[in-house]
Parts: sequence; C-alpha cells; structure tokens
Amino acid sequence: MNGRYEAVIGIECHVELRTRTKMFCGCPNEFGGEPNSKVCPVCLGMPGALPVPNAAAIEHLVTAGLAFGAEIPSFSKFDRKNYFYPDMPKDYQISQYDMPLTIGGVVRYWLEDGTMKQCRLTRIHLEEDTGKSTHAGSGDGRIAGSSYSLVDFNRAGVPLMECVSEPDLRSAQEAVAYLESLRRTLLALGVSDVKMEEGSLRCDANVSIRPAGSNELGTKTEIKNMNSFRSVQRAIESEIARQIEIVESGGRVHQETRGWDEVNGVTHSMRSKEEAHDYRYFPDPDLVPLEPAREDVERLRAALPALPWQRFERYAVEYGLAPKQATQLVDNVALAEYFDRVVAASGNPQQSSNFVLGDLSRLANETGVAVAQSKVSPEDLAELIDLLDSKRINSKIAKELVARMWDGAGSPRAIVEREGLAQTSDPAAIERFVDDVLSANEKVVADYRAGKTNVMGFLVGQVMKASRGKADPALVNELVRAKLSS
Amino acid sequence: MASPLIEKSAAETARDVAGAATSAAEVTEATLERVASVEANVGSYLTVLPELARACAARVDERVRAGERPPLAGVPIAVKDNMCLDGTRTTCGSKILESWIAPYTATAVARMLDAGAIPIGKANCDEFAMGSSCENSALGVTRNPYDPLRVPGGSSGGSAAAVAAYEAAIGLGSDTGGSIREPGAFCNLVGFKPTYGRISRYGLIAFASSLDQIGPLTRTVEDAALAYDAMAGFDPMDATSLDKPVEPAASALRENLQGLRVGIVREFATAALGDELDAVYRQAYRDLERLGAQLVDVSLPTADYGVATYYLIAPAECSSNLARFDGVRYGLRVDGNDVREMYDRTRAAGFGPEVKRRILIGTYALSSGYYDAYYVRAQKARTLIARDFARAFATCDLIACPAASCTAFPFGAKSDPYSMYLMDYYTIPMALAGLPALSVPCGWSTPEGGTLPMPLGLQLCAPLFEERLLLGAAHAYERATRHALARKPALEESRA
Repeated sequence: MNGRYEAVIGIECHVELRTRTKMFCGCPNEFGGEPNSKVCPVCLGMPGALPVPNAAAIEHLVTAGLAFGAEIPSFSKFDRKNYFYPDMPKDYQISQYDMPLTIGGVVRYWLEDGTMKQCRLTRIHLEEDTGKSTHAGSGDGRIAGSSYSLVDFNRAGVPLMECVSEPDLRSAQEAVAYLESLRRTLLALGVSDVKMEEGSLRCDANVSIRPAGSNELGTKTEIKNMNSFRSVQRAIESEIARQIEIVESGGRVHQETRGWDEVNGVTHSMRSKEEAHDYRYFPDPDLVPLEPAREDVERLRAALPALPWQRFERYAVEYGLAPKQATQLVDNVALAEYFDRVVAASGNPQQSSNFVLGDLSRLANETGVAVAQSKVSPEDLAELIDLLDSKRINSKIAKELVARMWDGAGSPRAIVEREGLAQTSDPAAIERFVDDVLSANEKVVADYRAGKTNVMGFLVGQVMKASRGKADPALVNELVRAKLSS
Repeated sequence: MASPLIEKSAAETARDVAGAATSAAEVTEATLERVASVEANVGSYLTVLPELARACAARVDERVRAGERPPLAGVPIAVKDNMCLDGTRTTCGSKILESWIAPYTATAVARMLDAGAIPIGKANCDEFAMGSSCENSALGVTRNPYDPLRVPGGSSGGSAAAVAAYEAAIGLGSDTGGSIREPGAFCNLVGFKPTYGRISRYGLIAFASSLDQIGPLTRTVEDAALAYDAMAGFDPMDATSLDKPVEPAASALRENLQGLRVGIVREFATAALGDELDAVYRQAYRDLERLGAQLVDVSLPTADYGVATYYLIAPAECSSNLARFDGVRYGLRVDGNDVREMYDRTRAAGFGPEVKRRILIGTYALSSGYYDAYYVRAQKARTLIARDFARAFATCDLIACPAASCTAFPFGAKSDPYSMYLMDYYTIPMALAGLPALSVPCGWSTPEGGTLPMPLGLQLCAPLFEERLLLGAAHAYERATRHALARKPALEESRA
C-alpha cells in the first residue's frame, strides 16, 4: 500500500462451538463421519420437528462475550433468517437479528513486534450451522456444470457463533493478528476447537480504502472463501491493491461480495449489493426469549481463565520477554502455567523462560513428554535457576543438571551438594588449576605471547576441564588473562 | 346394524375395557366395521390403519390382563393428518406430502397411545390446517355427518366428522384460529383448545407456530377432559410447552355454576346473527344463569381487529414454516433444470391455492420495508387483544359467546376467501391471546335452504391455565341442557 491510502477492515467470523450435542437437538456435535449419520428429525428439518436450545452453547457464547468485555443484555432472542438453500434443512436458519446474546466488547491483540492493539466488537450472536453440499460431475466441484449434488447434514445444526468486529483494523497484518488473538482466546476458554482446516473457524473480511488521515468510510467489499490465516493475509492485501488501483485510475469501488481465488491470488466478483437477499428476519415462534440470569452470568465471569492477551502483556511488558518468546508461551497454556509457577518460585522470568522454552522444550520434543507432565517440578527448576543466579553453579553444570532432572534426579541442590558440583570461586584454588594448565601447555602459552591470542579459549577450556567444570568461568578467564600478560 | 360399542363415550369404553367387560380388540373391530360401512358417505379419513389399530388393541388387552388400567384403554381415536405417527402416511391434506411416511411420532399422539387409545386412522383436514370447511384438502372430501351436503367445518373437519359419525370416540385436532372449536360446533361435538403450550406441538406439522395448539374433539365434555389429561404437560422436545404441573381435569367436572361470573361480550351481540341464532344464544346464556352463574357485561374493544391481526401473523409464520417443503429431502419433487426451477415447480405443483395465498401474504408482511407496518403492528394488536381479555377476566371467571356465526354451510358456499376467513371471527381472539376455550353443543337451527336442523356451539373461554374451570363449567352446562342428544347423524338416512 502506498502512503496516500489507508485500509479499513472489519472481520466477521463464524466459529463452531465445542459442545457434546448440536444446537437444537440431541445429535452428537462431531466433525466428520459417514454422511448423514449424525442426524435426527430436528436437524433434518422434518415436518413437525421443533428446536430446543442447547444450554451449553448459550453458556459458551456468553463466556466468549465476557472474555472480550462485552455486555450481556438481560433479554435476547432467536430469529429466523429466511432463504432457500439445499443444505439448509428448514430453508431458514435460526440465528439472532436485532437482539444478540452479547453486545460490544474488545479484542486485544498484538503484532509481531509486540505492539498491543485493540479492535472493538459489534456483537457476538448464536446460530446454527448448515449442512454441506457436494457437487458432482462438473470436474472442479463447483455447482456450475454439475450433473447432481449431494447434501450431508451431519454439520446441520452445529452451534455456531458469529463474531462481528468494528472496522478498526488497518492492514492485512492487523487482521491476521486479530484473528490469531480471537482464536487463542476461544481456545483458552475451551469453547471451540477453532480449526480453520476443519471449518470450525471461518471468516469474511469487509475491506475499504480511504485517503490517509480521512475519517470517512469508503465503499466496502466483502471477501469470502478464505481458508487459512495466510489466505486472509493475501486476500486482503490483494483487495487493498485492487481498490487503490481502481481509485488511482479514476474509478469507483462497487459494493459487492468477492470471492478469494487461492490459486490465482486474486478476488473475483460473486454478487453485487442489488442481488442481496431480503432475509425476512422475524422472531422464531418455536423458541422462547433468552433471559440470562445475572447470577449465571456472574458465575461464568468468575470462571474465566487467564486470557492470552493478558498473559502476553504480562510476559512481554512486565517481564520484558521477547514478543516471540511471550507468544510461544501464550500459545501453550499448560507450558505457560508451568512457566508461571517457575517464575513464582524463582523470581526470574527471563531465566525461567530460557529454560522452559529452551532445554525443557527440547527435551519434551525429544522424549514426547510434555514439560508440565515431566519429572522436573517447577520448584526444582526454580531451585536450579536460584543456584545459577547465586553463582553456586555455572551454566554448563546447569545444563547437565536439567538433563538429569528430566530423568528423575530430583532436587538440583541435593545433587550439587551430594556430588560437590558447586562452582569453585576460590581464587587460590582456581589459580592452582591455571598454573597447572599453563605449565603443561608451554607451547601454546608461547603462541599466545607471540600474538595468537585466539588460543586463550583453549586454555580456559583446559582449566574448566581440570576443575571438572566447577570453576567460575569468569574468574578463570580473568586469571588466565592475567597470568599470560604477566 | 352397527354395534352398540361404537356409540359409547370414551369414558365408558375405557371403563369397560379396563374392567375387562369388553376388550380393546372388540371395540376396535366394531369401529373398523363402522368405518367400512360409512366412510364412503363421510370421508373422515385419508388413511385408515387397521393393522396398527389391531396391534395397539392387542397390546392394550395385554396390559389390562397384566393388571393395568390405562385411562383411555381401547378408546378409538382419529388423528388429524398433520400429526406425525411413526411409519404412517402423514399428508397435512397436501399433495406435497401425499406419500410422506412420518419417521417419528408426535408427543401428543404418543401420549394418547400410552394411555391406551387405539389409532383408527389419519383424518382429513384443510391443507396444512388452513381453512374452516375442510374444502381446502387436496386429498379428499369430508362431509358433515348431520347433513352430507354440508361441510364438517375445519380445519380439523376429518377428526370432527369421524367422532360425529362414530368412527372414533376422540378426534385429535389442532386449533390455530378456531380449527377445533368451529368443526366442533358444526358437528355437534365438544371441541376443546387448551392454553397455548399446554399440549406439546412436537410432531404437529406447523402452520402458525405461535398459535397452533392440539386439542380433542369429543361427544362429551368428560371425554374432552380425559383426552386433555392424557396429553397435557411439559415436553422437553417443545421449547414452547408449558413447564407447569397439570392437575387432572376429569376430577374437576361440576354439576352447577354456583359462584361463577360469566362475561357476555358486548361487542359480540348475537342480534346480528339473525333471530333464530340470536334466540339460541340468548337461551344458552339464560341456561348458564339458571345453573347459578352470574352474568356480567364485559368488553373486548380490540377483538374486532382479531381477524386482520390473525391474517398477518399466521401467514407470516406459515410462509417460513412451509419453506422446508422444497423437494430436496422429502415429499413431492418435480425436477427442473436447476435447483431454483426444481423448487418452483415442486411448490407450484404441491401446494393448493389457499396455501399459496397465505405464503404470499406472509412473505409480503415480513419483507423489508413492510415488516414494521404489518408484522410488528399485528404483534402489537395481538398484545392489546390479550390485554382486553385480561381486563375482562378481572370482572368475570369465564367468557361465553358463539363458537361460529352460522351453522355448517353447503359445499362451495364460501367461495371468496374473505368470507371464509370471517368464519373464525369468534374464535380467533382467544387464539391470539393463547387462552383455553371450547365449544359445546347449545342448540339447533335449520339453515336457510336446508332441510335438517344443524347444531350450534356455545363457546366458553377461561383465563390462561384455567382448563379445569373451563371443562368443569362446560360439563355442568352439557348435563343441564343435553342439546347434543337431540339428533343423531343423518348417515343412515342418507344411505336409504
């Protein structure tokens, strides 16, 4: 994007909620399975069948709203969105129109460089998913030219939350960072699997451009068919570029829905505003209004876990961890909770992060045992960090100890005491090692004095070896240099 | 000659079968014989279910032998064909479902069968319950057993005719704007619509979800109470069903109306119905008084807007409820070149003119730009009508008025839709307010151009949830007047 324009982006997400059963019937809410094996008269829209709302789905949605600081109105309702489509069993979708379960709220997110940002939410509402059509005979799976279509209703009636953002995002990077934060939060809340590849997270983007510094909103287009965060990024970038090109060449952007073409890397027009549906929304007479009780809302609020953005802010701003490290921890709740206990016991977040994301994560990868499930207790690790911080051991010994603790060696302090691994910081003792090494390596000493100063490392290493690794490396360095220069 | 078993009330039959004086099998055979001998002249049923009926009867007899006393043991019932019964054809009187086999059973029907009732068949109705004469059925003609040249009323006309013609003791109907009460009045029966939500709608194929309510058509008030007791109560499969305890109505039947105030609605003055009908209703009110009731004048100033309000709300809901009949998953399919054409052709061929009219009206009323002017205003009017009733019930315990403005009319007499819509003038306001109401036989009148006296119905209406009071009072009136017994169906006469 050239500096003369600013992009204005809003995101609409559909997220399948993780519940035992579907939104309005008792069928299992599970991905996959034989087509039409998870269906009943209700989710097939059989004549006479009636919907009964799933209380767990409603709680999930309220929980999500609370996590984003949304308002939970005391009165909400379900409406029917009427339109004909073969994979929609009733030819209307039970959704929410003018009185959603949650209103407002803010999604806080961060960019790769650690900058915290926020995007306001318009609303989050609850609805039911549709079935899936498969078009056969056209070669490319599209309806155009197909000879027949098959419909699988396993997904029909799965609880779906629609989360609509305000147009607060200004770049494709921000849009993706927003989505990542949304995804992390919903995962942390346990309300959804949020898997884009299984379709449990789907999103559309509303994109417009305007002259930089302007407060007016330009004409927007809606981008659909984005199947990964990467395609979201590419589609929005491509659409911004397309709109700038139109405006630069004196044209006007038309309000329309555009589909993202992953292969060719462009968006193409799907339908214009004039073709927009009249959904004839009206309150669903089969369902009674939703009136969340205050005490239920407060119970859900009290049960909210630590939220990813809160963790990130604590790790990156308060602890000063690198954004990448902080993000790594945020993305692994069990690891982050482990890390929190190590920090609580050691008081050294940076060192805690180094061990948790470094040695421990490496060992976890090698052995297939999660850090939190390993034999290394956070308290033992804190003890190790403490030994290191107080210079009782050096980093080399520390590395060795971590490996042994992973195998179940227990308290590092006990090992250090039992095996005399404490770092030697007694100058007299170290001086003896240095003298021994220098006299055993006269040729090397001569090289050094002849100007080959890079042999210094070799000599230090020999001293460390002689001390069985226990000598304070800084002190060794200092003494070796002093002796060589004398 | 027909077996005396078929003329027994449901209460008598259940007592006899449960007490082993007769068997469900005998009652079922007698009823099936009756069906075979009169169906050609009545046409109550779209589908007769002899095998299922016999299997159910055998099971009931087994239960009785095992010491059970099911409250409706061996009682033959007619099920309106808009209620699902697993494995049986369920058509809604429509070509679009002409060969659809229901894959599950409606809660109300299941409860009747659990109580020992025997399903004789699926009864004809106006297509998707839209009509007041049964003439809108696409699948059959049902005649009024009291005069085969006249309609049985509707939309539950098949259920009403079946009970009037002794082809069943209880007919299950559904009432959206009067579809139980009006055919009840036309066929000399008790037609009872409980409070909205009292009986589960699960498995009742929706016409207008916020109004539809299942109820019984019976020859006695006691039978209506028994059927209500079997079906009423919360159903976890229907989010709009009332989660309130139901006290049995059969134990609340009264012999007088002492201490009750009965409201006579000022706006429903019967003088407009002509001298003969006016006299019948005036006599009915005097009879209520004679039984101990105090008559009070009440006003329902907005009731006059009932028909207009109803004909926005009900079509709006039906336009959405009937969208699912699209040829994709079940029912009729007429192929087209693409899916849109398939929809269009299927629905054009599958729905009759009245159903199409209502889908069009409802689609229009919900459209962007018209929604506030029509649907929203109709909902406001509905609230006002309900408030009028609440105000009236502050000064009375029950309301009495006609169930219909005329007796059963000849086929084809109401050819313009609006005059047919006005048939529900007296029954629609109660439906909009969700109130329990019933019609009970209150006299006879020979219509102009007719030769036979035809029955009339008195409508009684109670406050929400007061079904026991309503049935109790209707029982007192029925016992004191015995209007229903004045004439028998004209079937034998018509065959001669």
